[in-house]
Amino acid sequence: MIDIRDVSKWYGTFQVLKDCTTAVRKGEVVVVCGPSGSGKSTLIKTVNALEPFQKGEIFVNGIPVGDPKTDLPKLRAKVGMVFQHFELFPHLTITENLALAQVKVLGRGRDEANERGLKLLDRVGLKAHAAKYPGQLSGGQQQRVAIARALSMDPIAMLFDEPTSALDPEMINEVLDVMVELAREGMTMMVVTHEMGFARKVAHRVIFMDNGEIVEDAAKEDFFGKPRSERAVQFLSKILQH
Amino acid sequence: MAFDFDVIARSLPYLWKGFRYTVELTAIAATGGIFFGTLLALARLSSVKPLALAAAGYVNLMRSIPLVLVIFWFFFLVPVLVQGITGAERPPQIGAERTAIITFIMFEAAYFCEIMRAGIQSIPKGQVYASYALGLTYGQTMRLVVLPQAFRNMIPVLLTQTVILFQDTSLVYVISATDFLGAASKVGQRDGRLVEMYTFVAVVYFVISVTLSHFVRRLQKRIAVIR
Repeated sequence: MIDIRDVSKWYGTFQVLKDCTTAVRKGEVVVVCGPSGSGKSTLIKTVNALEPFQKGEIFVNGIPVGDPKTDLPKLRAKVGMVFQHFELFPHLTITENLALAQVKVLGRGRDEANERGLKLLDRVGLKAHAAKYPGQLSGGQQQRVAIARALSMDPIAMLFDEPTSALDPEMINEVLDVMVELAREGMTMMVVTHEMGFARKVAHRVIFMDNGEIVEDAAKEDFFGKPRSERAVQFLSKILQH
Repeated sequence: MAFDFDVIARSLPYLWKGFRYTVELTAIAATGGIFFGTLLALARLSSVKPLALAAAGYVNLMRSIPLVLVIFWFFFLVPVLVQGITGAERPPQIGAERTAIITFIMFEAAYFCEIMRAGIQSIPKGQVYASYALGLTYGQTMRLVVLPQAFRNMIPVLLTQTVILFQDTSLVYVISATDFLGAASKVGQRDGRLVEMYTFVAVVYFVISVTLSHFVRRLQKRIAVIR
């Protein structure tokens, strides 16, 4: 489904991604972790071309992302993305946030889009908040709306870029619960996160990045059981200490 | 010397005509200025370098020249330029009032551009990413996500600039367009009552500007609460 081949990216002379190669198969949940500045957020943003890259190629459902001839809006509409800071549109109500792209990109009618939005809002437990503005919701609630908004486009895969990093601790679980449920339904997911509990629960594979390189790319059991690289061992010991 | 404020009452219909022109010019220049200013701001922020440079050059040029000069320049030079381009026998007559409208839109666009640019830049990059990630195009992202927010954030500043514009429109007097000040001057000169007329004009400008500024401040507080 997502095929990343030898992707490198530079900011000026600084190389942020070094020959990254990996793949996410249909229905697979892959967690990407690593210390901050390791390039994991950059990598996930290259998948739907929010970040350009200079070398290599990424295929999403067979479509080359780096090809200038690729219709990027069309491709992005099929790949859901959830951001660290939610990024709901503050000038629109929750209902309008959910309907906007359905109407403008997929060409759905306003009523159909609202109905679909409401259904998804109900699914993340926020139907009662449909008429509110994002600023009136808590961080956890906003992130659940953001997930519903991404799902409203009927994506073939979902990208999560540190979805719980900006949340207060008591709100992390309500977001993770939604993600776990999604994973169990068979959604193809690529998730940048430090939530190792989530990784243990639903991930099929774990990718460990450091200094722009994919250091480990292993099945979940292998990664937590016997990490091969020294750097992964160190990282795990640091974040699993408590 | 005795004041004769009756001259104001006598010439009220004429002054009212001038005042309406001032308000019209302000409204048209503000609307056109914000429209073209927004386009200029998008051009300045464009990743297409020549476009960004051209827009920046235009804005800096307009902001470095006194408004009076721009008005004169348009009034005297543009007909000649148009003649040169079209090869007409005589310079076309553009007229004081049309010159004023074109000049103010073009001049104000430079100032509104800087306001809108600040407004656009105040919107977090993540909003653009989120919009793109949903499949919206650049145009849709600007129109539906970025500009509405930028505009909302900048309403107080846009209005403040409009108050300044309202006062600046009085400069059309130099090309003999009959705005509020122009009308008052003409009456004052005719009747030898310049002091009364200029006082009256000053009071009217003062009252309107202060009222508008007060309104802007209140609006600013309300917007701060909403955010």
